Amino acid sequence: MGLAEVTKEEVKFSDKLLARIAELKSHFPAGKHKSALLTVLHEVQDQHNNWLSVPVMDKVAEVLNVLPIEVYEVVTFYTMYNQQPVGKYMFEFCRTSCCCLRGAEDIMEYTCNKLGVEEGQVTPDGMFSVKGTECLGACGYAPMLQLGDYYHEFLTPEKMDKLIDDCRAGNVKFYSEVN
Amino acid sequence: MGKKILLEHINVPGIETYEVFRKMGGYASVEKALKTKTPLEVVEEVKKSGLRGRGGAGFPTGLKWSFIDKKSGNPRHLVCNADESEPGTFKDRYLMEKIPHLLIEGMITSSFALEAHLSYIYIRGEYMWVFRILEKAIKEAYANGWLGKNILGTGYDLDVHVTCGAGAYICGEETALIESLEGKRGNPRIKPPFPAVVGVYGNPTVVNNVETIMDVPWIVNNGGEEFAKFGIGKSTGTKLISASGNIRKPGVYEIELSIPVEEFVMSDEYCGGMQTDRPLKACVPGGSSVPILPANLLFKTAKGETRLMTYESMSDGGFASGSMIGSGGFIVYDDRACVVRNTWNFARFYHHESCGQCSPCREGTGWMEKILWRLEHGFGNMEDIDLLWDIQRKIEGNTICPLGDAAAWPVAAAIRHFRDEFEFHVKFPEKIKDRKHFEKEPWEQVKHLLNKEAVLV
Repeated sequence: MGLAEVTKEEVKFSDKLLARIAELKSHFPAGKHKSALLTVLHEVQDQHNNWLSVPVMDKVAEVLNVLPIEVYEVVTFYTMYNQQPVGKYMFEFCRTSCCCLRGAEDIMEYTCNKLGVEEGQVTPDGMFSVKGTECLGACGYAPMLQLGDYYHEFLTPEKMDKLIDDCRAGNVKFYSEVN
Repeated sequence: MGKKILLEHINVPGIETYEVFRKMGGYASVEKALKTKTPLEVVEEVKKSGLRGRGGAGFPTGLKWSFIDKKSGNPRHLVCNADESEPGTFKDRYLMEKIPHLLIEGMITSSFALEAHLSYIYIRGEYMWVFRILEKAIKEAYANGWLGKNILGTGYDLDVHVTCGAGAYICGEETALIESLEGKRGNPRIKPPFPAVVGVYGNPTVVNNVETIMDVPWIVNNGGEEFAKFGIGKSTGTKLISASGNIRKPGVYEIELSIPVEEFVMSDEYCGGMQTDRPLKACVPGGSSVPILPANLLFKTAKGETRLMTYESMSDGGFASGSMIGSGGFIVYDDRACVVRNTWNFARFYHHESCGQCSPCREGTGWMEKILWRLEHGFGNMEDIDLLWDIQRKIEGNTICPLGDAAAWPVAAAIRHFRDEFEFHVKFPEKIKDRKHFEKEPWEQVKHLLNKEAVLV
């Protein structure tokens, strides 16, 4: 990943991303642009290998005109912001009660065994990571996982095999397009 | 078929698009409210409907609206709480995904009632694809003159935007949500002052659940009294129930707030009965925070009356023998489920989601998780059960926000109704080694061991 060694000055946001940040800021009253921070961090993370290094957070602070600490305290509070590199495809399994009633633990175990990792780990090739998360609001469609911006539901070992194959082949959409 | 208010057109092809939604009568409530009613008249209509907050607390919506501060003269805001994160609940996502324009319509009509000119929808970060759906719907609403300046030539201005969280259950609590909306950590604020006086940016603010706001267009179109004709007593209208767990047809169902719980679980119109031939063991009827009910208290109250899907009937018997309808997260357990394991699972959830601001919750949730882990994994002792009871009692009511209560109640109810199962975990650790211990040997088949042991002692 290597991004950790990059300085803030070397972090570049694309024009498209900067335009999007400006649009998000415009949704809030003058002087209240900090309100855009959470949404902006999602968009920035999507563009930076799905994690937020310190230089990237510093850059966000600069672009949003807030203090770096204001970005850090938000990033460390919310679980969706990754503070360390994760696999290109991060399988986040819901493991709260309702999903467990429909076999969430089994499907997670199956996936870990298949990929040769434990929960929380990244495969050596950096392709996959497996994470257990708390309720994702898909209790009726369990077991399920989140991959990027999308949910994969009613999982079975066969579906998991196909999803992993599709990821390896680069055929899985995981970020939704900004309108 | 029961009455459908929200899901009436859900199966119309293309209802998620602006064109079809409009053709089916969408945005009519905006026209009616802005052109023929004063904001106060809309509030009165909602009061008459008896609509209660659908996020879980069940507070009367019209009354909440009437608390909004007008004296300060500060700008007012409506914030839609789409942070749906209560385990067992997935109805708001369904509504926003399938019929997003109804939420935008409800936002406009409700904002008008509150005389708000800048309103927000705060959606949980995990629902990112739904965030995009709402952004698109808002753009379409602007393009068709439902949002922006001088809507329908009435002089009313309104901007609505969607903003998102990033994986924090606590942001479903309204003051934490407001903090988060302002770009900060989701630490709940001390009340008072209530958001109705000091909310977003210090301005008077009303925070309402997605479903609540989506009920408003129907109420404005048909009148509050019509809405109040559905349901029983103070449980008016319909409610969406998210059904999950060991039932044949998990999913989102709209019910009239009057049907028997048994009908909801067993009839083909709703849950369709149990998932397999394994019998019903317990149910959490209103999201993970509400007390679990054993099978014998689900269809009938302790007095032997038929239990109904209403706010009142569901809580009949108080916490001793009742529960709450809460957010409508209806989780059904058959006899393969282990109550101790489930309680540990919930405790882990609340420990993970505690914001850390108040020590009873920050320390207590972690402590309870640890004790429940050791009970579930065969390392517990009898004193642990009493210790758990003691800890939950000391969390409840001693925190800034209700997350502490939400963490305490499931633990208390599990011990209240299933204490023997906890004792079994202590006395027979070898029987619970496998995490699917009750799948092979259901509780009903092994519980006699406890009695046998009692005789030997």
